[in-house]
Amino acid sequence: MADLLNKTNRNRLDRNEVWIWLNAGALALSLCAVVFIVLLIMRNGLIHFWPTPIYAVEYTNAAGQTEKLIGERVDINTLSRIQYIESGGDASRLTDDAQVVERWLFNTGNRRTNPPDFRWVYAHDVTLIETPAELAKVERIEWGPAFGRIIELRFDNADGSKRIVNDVELNPLLQNTLARLNSNREAIASLEHGTINQINAELKTIRLQQRALNLDPPADAEARLQQLASQEAVLLQTYLEQEQILSGLLKNLEGSALLLEIQSNAARLIELADTLYVTYPNNMGGLEKVGTFLANIGRFLSDNPREANTEGGVFPAIFGTVLMVLLMSVVVTPIGVVTAIYLHEYASQTTLVRMLRIAVSNLAGVPSIVYGVFGLGFFVYFLGGNIDQLFYADALPAPTFGTPGLFWASLTLALLTVPVVIVSTEEGLARIPRSLREGSLALGATRAETLIQVVLPMATPAVLTGVILAVARAAGEVAPLMLVGVVKLAPALPIDGEFPFLHLDRKFMHLGFHIYDVGFQSPNVEAARPLVYATALLLISIIVGLNLAAITLRHRLEKRYRSYE
Amino acid sequence: MTANDPAAHSDTQSDTNISLSVKNLSMQYDNSLALKNINVDIPAQKVTAFIGPSGCGKSTLLRCFNRMNDLITGAMIEGSIELEGENIYDPRVDVAELRRRVGMVFQRPNPFPKSVYENVAYGLKIQGEKSTAVLDQSVEWALRSAALWEEVRDRLHESALSLSGGQQQRLVIARAIAVKPSVLLLDEPASALDPISTLKIEELIHQLKDDYTIVIVTHNMQQAARVSDFTAFLNLGELVEYGDTDTIFRFPKEKSTEDYITGRYG
Repeated sequence: MADLLNKTNRNRLDRNEVWIWLNAGALALSLCAVVFIVLLIMRNGLIHFWPTPIYAVEYTNAAGQTEKLIGERVDINTLSRIQYIESGGDASRLTDDAQVVERWLFNTGNRRTNPPDFRWVYAHDVTLIETPAELAKVERIEWGPAFGRIIELRFDNADGSKRIVNDVELNPLLQNTLARLNSNREAIASLEHGTINQINAELKTIRLQQRALNLDPPADAEARLQQLASQEAVLLQTYLEQEQILSGLLKNLEGSALLLEIQSNAARLIELADTLYVTYPNNMGGLEKVGTFLANIGRFLSDNPREANTEGGVFPAIFGTVLMVLLMSVVVTPIGVVTAIYLHEYASQTTLVRMLRIAVSNLAGVPSIVYGVFGLGFFVYFLGGNIDQLFYADALPAPTFGTPGLFWASLTLALLTVPVVIVSTEEGLARIPRSLREGSLALGATRAETLIQVVLPMATPAVLTGVILAVARAAGEVAPLMLVGVVKLAPALPIDGEFPFLHLDRKFMHLGFHIYDVGFQSPNVEAARPLVYATALLLISIIVGLNLAAITLRHRLEKRYRSYE
Repeated sequence: MTANDPAAHSDTQSDTNISLSVKNLSMQYDNSLALKNINVDIPAQKVTAFIGPSGCGKSTLLRCFNRMNDLITGAMIEGSIELEGENIYDPRVDVAELRRRVGMVFQRPNPFPKSVYENVAYGLKIQGEKSTAVLDQSVEWALRSAALWEEVRDRLHESALSLSGGQQQRLVIARAIAVKPSVLLLDEPASALDPISTLKIEELIHQLKDDYTIVIVTHNMQQAARVSDFTAFLNLGELVEYGDTDTIFRFPKEKSTEDYITGRYG
């Protein structure tokens, strides 16, 4: 009994305690880091969508004159007194005991007429700051937002005269007109992407056929060329009709404008044709703010990017990312599973096979840009080039598959992630009890039948684990994609209503690349910064979403096989 | 060699047909001899038990009958086993077909993670049976034969893993007889079960021997005595003694057999 109270034992227990605390501490540290990153990205990303107040500010500029500006305050930070003086600040404006200087960053919009659109103002220089309810934020198609006081609306009358509205009617009329113009814009977009696109595609086919006939004329070339010419004429006729409709719609957009006072002494006329929507953030109640917040998020998710990606939404990038990841999974799963089956079930475990296995694991550690170079050299130039020679010779020298595109990007990422799928599938196969295989073989099943009927269904959770890891890696990968298919701005989505519907040869946009592009290649860094966070948040959400879907599926399968684990 | 004792042979051959005939069978795993020159005839429609201490080779011998040892790398076989006159180690033999004719039940119940119905229908589906009517009929027949039908008739489409251990083992037997084998190999079929389930399995073996040749490996003396018609005692990879169960248990010829049966051995 004395041993139970032994002092040496007591020390051992204490050491044990320390060990547990060490482990728990490491876990807590990693958790905190993850939570901190997610919270930071969420805060900075979501704040971009929240309607912030618009300030009207009067301040003394460096030259000692009074200036006015209207805009959103996007950042507040502090400088030390020394930094302030070294950067050319006027020390006499500071009180003697002030060691730190606060400065504010305003986004004043109106990039074209009133640059720069982002201005730093020292807090001590500000003589007047207020948030008048009538200040408006005007979101435009080009040149970013404009802030100011709406003075009047101008409409062109049919007889050339102008109707000017500047009373209580102004805002309802403005919102009505904008709604009408927006639906008009949608009609234009659907006409351009639908019917007119269709006609263009058909015309392109006809031209390719003509070219093929001219290059290598068969006996009845003359008759067929004539037939093609008549088809072309019909199409051109339809095209002209559609263009008439389009120009009518475009005409509808014109003829209305609003006059916006952008500083207390400067006014600017903005065409409503260039205006997307107008909000009054200073005049909003809580509920209205939430509504605007959600509407902004909706626009971000569903719109196309504008202004070199610094404005508008990221829909094509979401679409491209998800489609590329799905295509990659469709390619990587069968290849990985079949390889793992061979390695685990059929190959005799020789030194060669063991080395092969090590090589496969090592492939997972190769820098991803190397895969990009390989993809470009092998898939794009070699495979794609040969495919063009064989099947798309009519279109040469314009490449079809011999240029970076969605398909090659998916294949490159499949190659990049295949080791993960192989390794986890092999682990899954190894976990299946021998007794089950023997049970199936003893019933007269062949090895292949046993594999398909018994072993593979039980290995699916492990396969899914591999696919989950592969998806997480592929969705976040940027470097190789830059070489094999991702572009800053894709002219069309890879899926549309035009045969063959899924266009594997098209270039596409990707959220990871979008972050890089907006963050580092953008002409307007300050305007792009919140978009970087918002896009990062979106990318994380998409990866989490894809993973959750796969994990749910895996969980349901695992339940079925649990008693064997 | 007692194994070649003509008396023992004539005993088994006199009143029955021979189902499996093992001739000069030796087997080695990676240079160690697991079975040494075994000769034994297994009579049809009888229960033959293999007994012996752990590691004596009784399970290995059993697994030779459906060539389950093929799966082990480094296993080498000499001699022959004839199933109804055909050498099953002939290179032209279709192993899958052999295993259909020689069913096997393992020590631990190993139902597939599928429904009860799918488990029993598995072997037939593998052979290409698609007709639902035929499958339904065969599943019911096999489950009835394995004395399980009454217990599972209402849960045919539930997971087989939800059954109790004893039920699972009878399900595995039903799965084996659904493909209508002629021989049934039972590798310690009751060792993982409770006494009541064991009793049920033993009753089942009694019923099944009218239709199948049964070979059972067991380390339970009473079980061998209760269920088998013939008994073979193996020790250190050799067949020590073989004869009808009553004789072996009451008048063992060899000292080691007697020691084992009376519990003075391993």
